[in-house]
Parts: sequence; structure tokens; C-alpha cells
Amino acid sequence: MSKVLPVLAVVASIFTLWYAAVPFMNVKETLTGLERAGTTVVPDNPIARRDASAVALVLRNSFAIPATYAQERPRLPAPHQVAQDLWETVVLKKVTSKRSLVYHGWITLSATLLGFTIGTGAGILLAVGIVHSRAMDMSVMPWAIASQTIPILAIAPMIIVVLNSVGIQGVVPKAIISAYLSFFPVVVGMVKGLRAPDAMQLDLLKTYNASGSQGFWKLRLPASMPYLFASLKIGVAAALVGAIVAELPAGGARGLGGRMLTGSYYGQMVQIWSALVFAAVLAASLVLLIGWLQNRTLKRMGLL
Amino acid sequence: MILVLSALIIWIAMWGLNTRLANGPHAETRFIRLLVPAIFGLTILVAWELLVRGLAVPLVILPAPSHVMATFFSELPTLWLDFKQTFLKGALSGYVIGCGAAFLAAILVDRYDFLRRGLLPVGNFVAALPIVGTAPILVMWFGFDWQSKAAVVVVMVFFPMLVNTVAGLQETTVMQRDLMRTYGAGYWATLTKLRLPAAMPFIFNGLKISTTLALIGAIVAEFFGSPTMGMGFRISTSVGQLALDMVWAEIVVAALAGSAFYGVVALAEASTTFWHPSHRK
Repeated sequence: MSKVLPVLAVVASIFTLWYAAVPFMNVKETLTGLERAGTTVVPDNPIARRDASAVALVLRNSFAIPATYAQERPRLPAPHQVAQDLWETVVLKKVTSKRSLVYHGWITLSATLLGFTIGTGAGILLAVGIVHSRAMDMSVMPWAIASQTIPILAIAPMIIVVLNSVGIQGVVPKAIISAYLSFFPVVVGMVKGLRAPDAMQLDLLKTYNASGSQGFWKLRLPASMPYLFASLKIGVAAALVGAIVAELPAGGARGLGGRMLTGSYYGQMVQIWSALVFAAVLAASLVLLIGWLQNRTLKRMGLL
Repeated sequence: MILVLSALIIWIAMWGLNTRLANGPHAETRFIRLLVPAIFGLTILVAWELLVRGLAVPLVILPAPSHVMATFFSELPTLWLDFKQTFLKGALSGYVIGCGAAFLAAILVDRYDFLRRGLLPVGNFVAALPIVGTAPILVMWFGFDWQSKAAVVVVMVFFPMLVNTVAGLQETTVMQRDLMRTYGAGYWATLTKLRLPAAMPFIFNGLKISTTLALIGAIVAEFFGSPTMGMGFRISTSVGQLALDMVWAEIVVAALAGSAFYGVVALAEASTTFWHPSHRK
């Protein structure tokens, strides 16, 4: 409970700063618009305004401040403009409409979930292989760790185009990038988890005359669960980022990444902001969902 | 067909060799520990080369490693230009600004308990968000050149660095802080002589995570607009021209830059925190 008040204070100050920044970010475009509509603004020629600082312009044209919050195409939309756009594109539009964020969000989410499932499955399998084969451990593990330092996201456009040229389109190429991004955190976390039982526990199983597979199912796998969930949280966030970036070169302007790209082409800042907020909410709910599953699973296992 | 078969045979032979080395008597020596992954990497490259040649895979799907290397060396001036634009100007300046700002913010946050309790949950929340999504916004604000890339990097590295540094500053025990008080040490003496040194492993952890994020941020931001150079620009335009050898050459550059960046930070860590219990052998 001691967290609620400070968090609220921080969030409130973020919004205050945001509102305070809006006039300064939007003042130039607003004044140009007002001048075109016949209002006198100081200074009255556009070149002088271009060279003037935003602070000076706001101070000398304080009557224009309300207008900066109601721009059609603001450089920095005010929070209520973003909220209004979100309300229109999430709630008011039909989910099948191409202008509905739910429609685009589902396109991204389906790629994310498919990729996350593939990546997690493959990651767990590889981790099991690594723990059981010394050769695999020594050959693959250094590369798995080294690959974390490489900006894997850079190859996303290539994967999309290459798969396109062999006739694979739609959700699968995006899912592959998501899978790739969620794969490595799961491998590294799962290897750590499967190795978590200490020598004493392994020895105990040996005194019970347990076989290798019994050791795996009854000791190693349960012991790895906390590590698995920790890496699943990282993996699902990475998978969402992968799906969004994968939509940038796809060109179809579908999905949250596509919304961001078209917004950036046409200078529709409000559209970018709502796509961003929607993506943030999606990421947060995915992480929270895994956190909830983690809580339940670990409680049932008696680990929490 | 012969090439494909030989790829298969080489794969099996190398795997057999690695299995013997890994289970052999000298498996724990440093040499074998380096040799085994090196053999594995080499095997993949050789098998890739042979399969691409043997199956006559077209260039627009997958170029052979030899082809990529040839492009890498013949296009070195272009690659250097892109590296300078994306890494030295975009990623590195953003990294320095972002990590520096996060470090100062962490000290401030740590000083006031109210800020810590408020900012940490928000910071943890933001660290899980798809922050690359801010790239189109920042590109619009700061223009197409490297400044917007640096801004994306600042936003990307800020919160991971902040969260790690704050966690590090919490590391000291009550006993240690009490000892400092018995010496009559004030806030600043305690900070510089006890708490910052104790936080070093955490700070370096944040710095290391940020290296990869910085490179990703700088490259992805270029997908939203850039001058006619830069690694992200080259990747997206070369993909459009189906010049996949150039794309792979850029990926080689990105991989080299990423691991070198990480390596430098790891080296700095090893030389400054060698005394810390987690590094003592």
C-alpha cells in the first residue's frame, strides 16, 4: 500500500510535464494556422518565427495556448487527444474495420503469441539438450550467450522479404521473428533452471535409485519453474517487439507496427501515439498474465 | 549432390570430434573450452557454404558465407560510413547520454525514499514496454540525422540503467552503513566510499544490457527515416534491392560491433571491480 501514493505522484507529474510541454512543441504550427485564418500573431512573418525560440513564441502569443491543445496534426498531442483517438479507434470502430486498433492489435498479437509459443518450445527443447549433452553444452552455449549481444532485430526486414519471395506470407514470417527473439532468453534461463538442483538433491535421487528421466521429471523440471517464468516474461515482451518491428517492412500497413509506419509517413502523430499506448497496454497485460500464471503455479508447487 | 553429402559427412564428423573432446580427459582446460565452440561455429559455416552451393540456392534467398565475406571486403568503405553514422554517432552518443542521465537520476531517486517507491515500479513497467515504438515520434521531432537515433537510444537505455543502478545502491547492509556512521562519514562520503563501489556490479550489468539495446535502437530508428547512410538504412534498402549479400555484410558489421561493444564494457568491469566478491576466484 505504501507504493500507491508515490506511484500516483510520479504518474501525475509525468502528465503535468506532458501538458506543460504541449504549447512549446506545437506553437509554431499553431501560429502558422492562426495567421492563415486571419489572426494577428507576433512576429508576423514566418521566417522570423522559424528562427525564434518556442519559449519566446509562447510568451508573446499567450492567447494561442488553448489552440495548441486542439491541433489537427500536433507535433506533440496532448494526453486527452490520444485518449480520444484511442476511444474512437478501440471502442467506437467495429473490430473488423481497418481503422480499428483492436483489429491491428489482434494482427500483432496473433503473430506474437504464435512466435512466443514456437520460440519457448524450441528454447526449452534446446535447454534440455544442453543440460543432457556435454558436447552440446560446450558447442552451443557460448554461441547462445554471445548472440545476446547481437542486434538480432536488424535482420527482421530480410526474413520478411526472403520468406515472401518463397511464397510464405501473413502471420508466419512475423511469428518467426518473434520466436527468434523469445528463443534465447528462454534457453539461457531454462539451462540455469535445469541446473538449479544442487549436488545434495541429485545425490538423494541417486540413493532412491531414480533413473535419468525420473530425475528430470521429478527434480530438474520442477526446480526450473521459477527460472522459466522469469525468462518467459522477458521473452513475451521481446516477442511483441519482434512482431511490431517485423510489420515495418511488410508494407501492408497492417498491425501496430504498420499503424506506426503509416502514421510516420503521413505525419499523423496522434495515430502513432495511440498505437504506442495500445502496444504498451498489450505488453503490460501479457507480462501481467505470465506473472499471474507464475504466482499460481509456484504457489501450487509450494515454492512461494 | 556430392556437396550436400559432404556437408552431411562433415557435420557428423565434427560433431563426433566435439563429443569426444567434450567428454575427454582435458575437457576442463581453457583451450578445449574455446576449441569446441570454435569447431561448432566453423562447422556451421562450412555446412552453410556447401549446402548453398550444392542445392544452388539463389542469392535472393541465402548467399554463401564466402560471397558475404567477398562483399564485406569489397564494400568496406560503405560499411565504414554506415558504421560511423549508426554506431559512432547514433548509438554511442545516445548510450553515453542515456546511461549518464540514468545514473544521475538513480542517485537522486535513491536519496529520496518517496521518489524511489514511486519511480521504481514505473521504471520496471516502462522497461517491459516496446520502447522502439517511440522511434517514429522521435524521428519526427529530431529530424532524420543521427540526433533522432541518439534520442531513441537515450529512451531505450534509460530505464534498464536506472533500475539496475537503484538496485545496486540498495546493496549495502545495515552493518556496513552503521560502520560508516561510526567513522563520522556523511552522505557523500558514504556514497562515494561505500555505496557506489558496492553498486558497481549492478551498474555494469545495466551498462552491459544497454550495449545491445543501444545498437538495436539506432538500427530500428533508421527504418523510420534516415540520411542515405547508416546500417538500418542500408539493410532496408538492400533488402528492397534483393542484394542479400550486402544485408548479410551489414549483419556481420552489427554482430562485430555488438560483441566488441559488450566486450569493452565487460573488460572495463573486470578491471574496475576485480576486488568484488562476485569476481574473486
